[in-house]
Amino acid sequence: MKNYDLEKRRLVLSAVAIGIVAIYIIRLFALQIASDDYRKSADSNAFLKKIEFPSRGTITDRNGKLLVYNQPAYDIMVVTNEMRGHLDTLEFCKALNITKADFINRMVNIKDRNKNPGYSRFTQQLFLSQLSDKDFSAFQEKLYRFPGFYIRKRSVRQYQQPIAAHVLGDVAEVSQSDIEDDDYYQAGDYIGKMGIEREYEKDLRGVKGVQILLRDAHGQIQGRYQNGKYDQRPHPGRDIQLGLDANLQALGERLMEGKLGAIVAIEPKTGQILAMVSAPTFDPRAMIGKLRGKYQREMTLDPAKPLLNRAIMGQYPPGSTFKTGQAVTYFTEGIVTDSTRYPCHHGFNFKGLHVGCHAHASPISLVPSISTSCNSYYCWGLYHMLSNRRKYKTLEDAMNVWRDYMVSMGFGYKLGIDLPGEKRGMIPNAKFYDNAFKKWNPLSVISISIGQGEVNLTPLQIANLGATIANRGYFITPHVVRNIQGKKLDKKYLEKHRTKGSIKAYQEVIAGMMSSVRGGTCAHAVHPGYSLAGKTGTAQNRGKDHSVFMGFAPVDTPKIAIAVYVENGGFGADYGVPIGSLMIEQYINGKLTPGDEARAAALQSRHISYSFKRPLSRADSVRLDSIKRVNVIRDSLKKVREKQDMAVAEKLKEAKAKKDAEDKEKKKEPQNDPAIRVEPDTKVKTEKKDKDKGDDKKEKDKEKNKETRKESKENSKDKEKPKDQPKDRPKEQTKVKSKEQAKDKPKERSKDKTKGQVKDKPKEQIKDKSNGQSKAKQNSKEKVNRAK
Amino acid sequence: MPSNYTADRQPGVLRSLDWWTIGIYIALLTFGWVSVCGASYTYGDTEIFSLSTRSGMQIVWIGTSICLGFVLLMMDDRFYDTFAYVIYGLLVLLLFATIFNPHSIKGSRSWIVLGPLRLQPAEFAKFATALAIAKFMSAYGFTIKNWKHFAGACGIIFLPMLCIVGQRETGSALVYLSFFLMLYREGMSGAFLFTGLAMIIYFVVGIKYEDILLWDTPTSLGKFVVLLLVQVFSSVMVWVYVGDKGRMRLLLTYVFGITALALLFSEFVIPFDVVWVQLVISACVIGYLVYNAMNTRFANYFYIALFALGSIAFFYSADYVLNDVMQPHQRVRINVLLGLDEDLAGAGYNVHQSEIAIGSGGLQGKGFLNGTQTKLKFVPEQDTDFIFCTVGEEEGFLGSASVLVLFLCLILRLMYLADRQPFKFGRVYGYCVAGIFLFHVFINVGMVLGLTPVIGIPLPFFSYGGSSLWGFTLLLFIFLRIDAGRNLIRQ
Repeated sequence: MKNYDLEKRRLVLSAVAIGIVAIYIIRLFALQIASDDYRKSADSNAFLKKIEFPSRGTITDRNGKLLVYNQPAYDIMVVTNEMRGHLDTLEFCKALNITKADFINRMVNIKDRNKNPGYSRFTQQLFLSQLSDKDFSAFQEKLYRFPGFYIRKRSVRQYQQPIAAHVLGDVAEVSQSDIEDDDYYQAGDYIGKMGIEREYEKDLRGVKGVQILLRDAHGQIQGRYQNGKYDQRPHPGRDIQLGLDANLQALGERLMEGKLGAIVAIEPKTGQILAMVSAPTFDPRAMIGKLRGKYQREMTLDPAKPLLNRAIMGQYPPGSTFKTGQAVTYFTEGIVTDSTRYPCHHGFNFKGLHVGCHAHASPISLVPSISTSCNSYYCWGLYHMLSNRRKYKTLEDAMNVWRDYMVSMGFGYKLGIDLPGEKRGMIPNAKFYDNAFKKWNPLSVISISIGQGEVNLTPLQIANLGATIANRGYFITPHVVRNIQGKKLDKKYLEKHRTKGSIKAYQEVIAGMMSSVRGGTCAHAVHPGYSLAGKTGTAQNRGKDHSVFMGFAPVDTPKIAIAVYVENGGFGADYGVPIGSLMIEQYINGKLTPGDEARAAALQSRHISYSFKRPLSRADSVRLDSIKRVNVIRDSLKKVREKQDMAVAEKLKEAKAKKDAEDKEKKKEPQNDPAIRVEPDTKVKTEKKDKDKGDDKKEKDKEKNKETRKESKENSKDKEKPKDQPKDRPKEQTKVKSKEQAKDKPKERSKDKTKGQVKDKPKEQIKDKSNGQSKAKQNSKEKVNRAK
Repeated sequence: MPSNYTADRQPGVLRSLDWWTIGIYIALLTFGWVSVCGASYTYGDTEIFSLSTRSGMQIVWIGTSICLGFVLLMMDDRFYDTFAYVIYGLLVLLLFATIFNPHSIKGSRSWIVLGPLRLQPAEFAKFATALAIAKFMSAYGFTIKNWKHFAGACGIIFLPMLCIVGQRETGSALVYLSFFLMLYREGMSGAFLFTGLAMIIYFVVGIKYEDILLWDTPTSLGKFVVLLLVQVFSSVMVWVYVGDKGRMRLLLTYVFGITALALLFSEFVIPFDVVWVQLVISACVIGYLVYNAMNTRFANYFYIALFALGSIAFFYSADYVLNDVMQPHQRVRINVLLGLDEDLAGAGYNVHQSEIAIGSGGLQGKGFLNGTQTKLKFVPEQDTDFIFCTVGEEEGFLGSASVLVLFLCLILRLMYLADRQPFKFGRVYGYCVAGIFLFHVFINVGMVLGLTPVIGIPLPFFSYGGSSLWGFTLLLFIFLRIDAGRNLIRQ
């Protein structure tokens, strides 16, 4: 009865069964082994990673005094599923002091999955963050009436004293770019934004802990994964001790009240920063919590730029404080010896160039040249150095040797302080002048010898110069952090950097600085308790002179080196010396005598009035842009004309002597004069606008600096050029300056008859330069007749 | 030959019992229990043996099933033959009565509640139907080629099926289609199965590619391909069932030739809907087949024409039903299955989550009770219909593939056993059992893997529940008993 034909059908059916199972196994393979996506999906389904925040490290001063600590703040969380239908919205809004529209808006944002991708109506969502203690206690009493609302504790930064805002910095919620840069951060985390908080973010923040929780299909928590086997405890952040002395810092900020400028005090032996004041400053407490954004916006718009840390970001002409470095250079290079004397007849007069000076004995040697701050001595020194063809083959070589000395003293490059945003200042080299001037000679650059012209330093670099002298020739990279809990300080803050100057040269300079305290420019700084060495500076600029002081004490065992820079403060002795001497006294004695306390109070209330222009509107900047563009065209036309002139001049020069060439320059001058003549009002305006531009550019520079930290000197010059202010500024500036000087003279400087003369000859020369060297730094055109 | 017929019976049963199948059965039960533990376990539970948990209850069901199996083996094999119709009649009555059962669970009226017990008669109707159809087909003089006999067999299958559809358990009703595998084995023309397969292909291809255009012509790719397939199938059938290779070649040449010409014309000259041309060609093919049927008096031509006509009618009516008759949620389900829709929060949620569960298992799985996807209730119905997810997640590829292989062994073994039966009754019944298992595994695992539609039928020996476990045990052990008696009966 068997049907063999039909029996074959069993094979067909078997084949079907085998086929089905085979297909399913292939499918299983595809799902389980070929792809990892499903595992990830399952994990993100099931695991809820609950972050536990570590406490941020505290910050103390050098004596262990607490500066920054943490304070609890409260976030209000909501579970929308539990809230719905049970909430008296009106009362809720009242309790939190928000409007109903605000409430609705926040709720909509929470539920918007684009803005809040982790939204689930079964879990806590952030409703309001960082409620203060006071608001919270009011709200907490009523909390039981608002079902679905919960409290989450967090901590915010708190400051013991309203000091050192620039150094300490602040913390704020991470930005999108922070999250992209470092996957440690998630939205809502805090990160240091400025100062120490930013620089030492990784030490201060600690390590977040994580609890892995299991979440079911409804988003409800079902317990801990593997009983917490994979959980991680948070590690608290490291505490940081600064080199800062809180009392000294507080005094410095008091003294700088109502002024613009900076004070930097360094412990020479260690390179630790004892005080770093940038005025105007702000209260770091304002930068906490909900109001941070508002304050920051206000301060950004403030024309005095309180957010700018002038101590490391301000680039100023160092004025006469720079002469100490010059003396070291000339002496070490053998250009001058103790017996070298240079004449000074109310200044430096050579080949028609005049750099003014004040009355003192002449000729003069190194030590008294420092104590009297003789301009002529340093002009002669630099002139002899640059024109010494026996020692240096070319002018360029000489210039670069000089540059190397400066760089070895920490100028021209960032020192590498542990604060963000440091500027490098400006030390020109031969190539810079080649680019700027095409043709130049020692006389064209003579102003750099007295800290004017192309030279720019940050107050930090000036203070570091003081520390270097105090150490007799070496410095340790200045740093604000003294100690990190459980960690060694970066090696670079322990290394000694020896300058190219000889110890003998430094001793000469110290002798000069001491005599300047005994009876020279810093006579007021003298204090019976300890010996002091100091150097004043009066840095010329477009407005009133900047008042500068650099010094250290005690001379034999230096404990503190200090630089004070007060913008538009007049003579070094006006503000720099008294502020510096009070600071030194405070640090060395730990307190001020009653008499000095009174002096400090008087200084504190002596304010300098600055006239700020209003912030640039959009229309203004557009207008400025067009002016700039016109100027660029005009300059390029001028250059073309100049080239032709030069070609002619070359031929003539070959035939004639140098003097002839000079004559020729004189002849040129009247031609230029009418071109520059502008109505007085317009001049002032243009200058102000230029200032604005300069400020704008500073911001850009900041960014640029980040990118090109280790650019070579050569590169830097090329970059510096475009950064510089509009090309025709020099002419206008000269004019403005002379005009202002004319104004100032009768009022404030009538006593100083020796200074402020704007003689014809220098003026001409400068104008010539401005034609030929339109791209040079604005300061190069300043006549150096008044440096002290 | 034993002197005492009854005294000899017991050792004979145990000796001739197929222990391979029993072994597979025990293995599957064990695997199944482990999976139910994993699926029903919630965090914090420590007692997996407690009767208050599903895993504890499943032990009870397994225990009773084994007892049931033992009892079944103890019975006389002629009992099933004798009482087949009685059992069938009783269960159909029960099924019919259940339709009017006021207790509905999740919208289905398939449950009978007896105190603490809740039984699903549909699970038991399977073995009854299998017995009845085996009895019917083993009757003297039965031949499947006879239309009346064939219709009778179909009647036996469709009667309980209709009752179950009446209980709104469409999924369980579909299981009865598996009897056609047995019918095929017993001589039903393969054309029936092929027709069924063809219908599925038309449906899937037609719906999935309906909205895609063919090249640059305004032609629906789905419709075009389906019509072309109808023509090709018909042509090939001419060869298979009439044996006329020449006519097949003739038909295919014309079909492809005209189609190609129409396509090129539509593509490069005047764009028009090629589907119309396809309809005309189909009509011509049908006309030609009918002409041949009349001319040669060869009935198969007629049947082939019927097939072609039926195919076209089915396709267009399916299209109509899908777009105009079906409820939106049903349409969404079909679209999700065909991959046209990705409704992860709604209809596609179950399948998506079960794919995640299985996929997250990896090669070795997460380990017993360590599955997160199933523990945390992301997969719905995870201890009944979606139980295979737990296997996939906790035992990984190795575990789930071995389960599939075990099922394959069981099915192949059953077919082997069925074929060695000396009587048609045993063979028919055996193929019914094999077919039912194959269908369950095919649909259940397929839906968990996202390959077949979501039809709520249990995975034998795995899904939690007494009814299904008892039902499958009955199916299997009755056959084992029949098989064990194969030698004795001959004596």
